[in-house]
Amino acid sequence: MAFTLYTLIQTAILCTNAIAVLHEERFLSKIGWGVDQGVGGFGDDPGVKAQILNLIRSVRTVMRVPLIIVNSACIILLLLFG
Amino acid sequence: MEYTAAQSGFRQQHNMRLRNSSMDGSDGSQLFDDTSATGPGAQGVYRNQQAGPQAAGGLPGQSLLSDPMSNLAMAYGSSLASQGREMVDKNLDRFIPVSKLKYYFAVDTVYVGKKLGILVFPYMHENWEVSYQQDIPVAPRFDVNAPDLYIPTMGFITYILVAGLALGTQNRFSPELLGVQASSALVWLIMEVLAVLLSLYLVTVNTDLTTIDLLAFSGYKYVGYVLVHISVNIISSAVSLVNHQMVCFSRMILGVVAGLLFGKLAYYLSLLWCCAAIFVFMDRIKLLHVVQGRFDSEQLLKERQRERQVNDVVVVKSQATQDAKQEVLLFLHLRL
Repeated sequence: MAFTLYTLIQTAILCTNAIAVLHEERFLSKIGWGVDQGVGGFGDDPGVKAQILNLIRSVRTVMRVPLIIVNSACIILLLLFG
Repeated sequence: MEYTAAQSGFRQQHNMRLRNSSMDGSDGSQLFDDTSATGPGAQGVYRNQQAGPQAAGGLPGQSLLSDPMSNLAMAYGSSLASQGREMVDKNLDRFIPVSKLKYYFAVDTVYVGKKLGILVFPYMHENWEVSYQQDIPVAPRFDVNAPDLYIPTMGFITYILVAGLALGTQNRFSPELLGVQASSALVWLIMEVLAVLLSLYLVTVNTDLTTIDLLAFSGYKYVGYVLVHISVNIISSAVSLVNHQMVCFSRMILGVVAGLLFGKLAYYLSLLWCCAAIFVFMDRIKLLHVVQGRFDSEQLLKERQRERQVNDVVVVKSQATQDAKQEVLLFLHLRL
């Protein structure tokens, strides 16, 4: 089970890509994980589900542009070096 | 004139040496306490030595050193060097919190001994609270329960070396494998710290556990790994020696079977012991640290149930990764 640092980077990129491709209308709202269905009150007990939804939403918002850059770099590097 | 030139030349040399060895002397941002008493003495000796040859070779080389341009160049070079060092220090402090790291390495022998004892045998330790001093936790030198980074670092390195030893006793060693072991152990560590961070975020607990604390806690299990592997290697090599003699004394079957059984049994027993020990250790440490993050006594009840939640999630996650890793190690190393 030889994990290298390179596989760690690959895993991170793959996981972030996976979170970023979750579509808002087609998928998340259908299973009740939409943006409007998570944020309840502003009490100090958000609960695990609200935290997960927040995490997904923030990853999708924040990481969209950097993911484009990183994916393009990965594609170019893989094309060049196999 | 010559002496000032010598001084500035020496200072430039000294600066370059300091920057290269990343050890600060007089700037106040020291990486570690300079306990070498020969520091100022060496400087004085250097200065004398520098001044000596300068005075001796001053006459033929006087044109070189009393030249104002070279003086200017030396002064400029030394100021550039000190500027560069300041920039490196500032940037380093931004990326790696050096002053915070210093706290984790402030240990001494007594602390390390006691901590290792608690790691292997956490059942008799009663008081797990970290004592505070004006809102900051006390340095590990003064409190056994404080987390440190020295034991995890040393345990990590020892684990890699012992893994190399284990591979060597099975004639599967090559120097690249050490690097492979090191990076894969590092990756497991990073993934475990990320998993713990994720679960702490999901359960929204207000705690004063920093990432470095989590790194320290996750690194404590390397002590158990080292103990397990050392025990199995020493026992297996001792047993193979005994096997030789037993073969000579023609009690071959019994000897080999005893050797195999004993080796595997020792491995499983020590594995079980260290797993239980580190589980209990982590349990009590995390309980304390999560609870100590709150000072509000009204919400203590809600805190209790939340910490139960955290405990379950966090400890189960860390235990899952640890167990997975133990299984992997079992397949990898155990071919007795």
